[in-house]
Amino acid sequence: MFWKVFLGIWMSLVIIASFLYAPPALGLGEVSRIIYYHVPLAWVAVLAYMVSMINAIKYLRTSSIEYDYRTSFNAEVGTIFALLATVTGAIFANATWGTYWNWDPRQTSIFVLLLIYGSYFALRSAIDDREQKARLSSVYAIIAFITVPFLVFIIPRIYASLHPDPIVNIEGRLQMDARMLQVFISSLAGFTGIYFWIYNLQNRIINLKGKIKGRL
Amino acid sequence: MVTRFLSWTRQAGALLNKDFKAEFRTKYALNSFLMFAVTTLVIVSFAVGPYYLDPVMHASFIWIIIFFSAMAGLARAFIKEQERGTVYALKLSTTPEIIYLGKFCFNLLLLLLVLLVIIPFYFFFLSPSVGNPLLLVVVLLLGSLGLTGTTTILSAIVSKANVKGNLLPVLAFPVLLPLLITSINGTRLALEGYTFGEASSELRVLSSFFVIMTTVSLLLFNYVWED
Repeated sequence: MFWKVFLGIWMSLVIIASFLYAPPALGLGEVSRIIYYHVPLAWVAVLAYMVSMINAIKYLRTSSIEYDYRTSFNAEVGTIFALLATVTGAIFANATWGTYWNWDPRQTSIFVLLLIYGSYFALRSAIDDREQKARLSSVYAIIAFITVPFLVFIIPRIYASLHPDPIVNIEGRLQMDARMLQVFISSLAGFTGIYFWIYNLQNRIINLKGKIKGRL
Repeated sequence: MVTRFLSWTRQAGALLNKDFKAEFRTKYALNSFLMFAVTTLVIVSFAVGPYYLDPVMHASFIWIIIFFSAMAGLARAFIKEQERGTVYALKLSTTPEIIYLGKFCFNLLLLLLVLLVIIPFYFFFLSPSVGNPLLLVVVLLLGSLGLTGTTTILSAIVSKANVKGNLLPVLAFPVLLPLLITSINGTRLALEGYTFGEASSELRVLSSFFVIMTTVSLLLFNYVWED
């Protein structure tokens, strides 16, 4: 209860600060304020997909069904956040490059990621048997995820990137205005908090479902 | 180590032999695979007509034809065992890794047979100019290896699903995307006449894709195969 209220207040402050407190980034203008939402959304998507992968491997090792619930649930959360990151990215792309979509390497890789998890959900809906669904979809998730590093290597060789992390992130160091950085880090923390709150809620639902099934 | 390897090759060879005998009694898979590939090729040829195509267009068309006919032709390796009920006999007789290897060899031979027909046909109908034929052969070969390695385990997954129809292309596309992009690029380089040295990064990506996918498939196939 405390965490829920705390997160609500925290995120409200982040939203206000992102519009009023932080200055616009040099060269990008007011539209740069989207990084306080776009980057944390993408980060949470990656985090959820990672947790999903770890649970898929755990499921194959132990074949206890709760890991599979976590795998599929985290894949769903990851997909929602990845979709939001894609949309916010496209809005930014339209504002700065003049087009919503241009197969930038970042756009291509997130598109492939969404395709992978689209296929993952298609596979899950095609299998009825609970245990088989869990096992086969875990195997598929692992196989599909292994190809992602290839994309990271291949796609930049074909398309040049216009993604602005070279502007914010020269020579691997975060070069931001101090106030921008404060809001950015708080936003990252807030979104991560939201993810863990959702994760915790879902775990409680999974446990309750297990208890109800045990009683019947 | 050596005796184990020999026994693996012998058993996988036996499985391959059995699949080939069963296949050449009906020739169903080969015929449908081949006809699908020829149909796709003819559609491309009709659509392009008399126009001149860039090497990059030729490379894309070649791989679109290969990808979709492979999806249609290689899906059946495990489904047919499931339909005939021979899957239990297969489970009893040997280990999952050998089943994967045997099916992989069978699918690879099937795909290479189809390529042997379809690539000359492609040159006959669309006559692209080839700068480096040897590189083209190597790219096609490495591409087929990776394609088959991935498709084999995915078709085993699909054979367990209730809706078998269109699932394989859906599952395979995101996994095969790096392979397809690299193969198209490699084929374009071969058509434009680049040397092996200039295409070395493509060749390296293709061969590492094949090695990684086969290794992962061998590790995970046990989970797909058991009930």
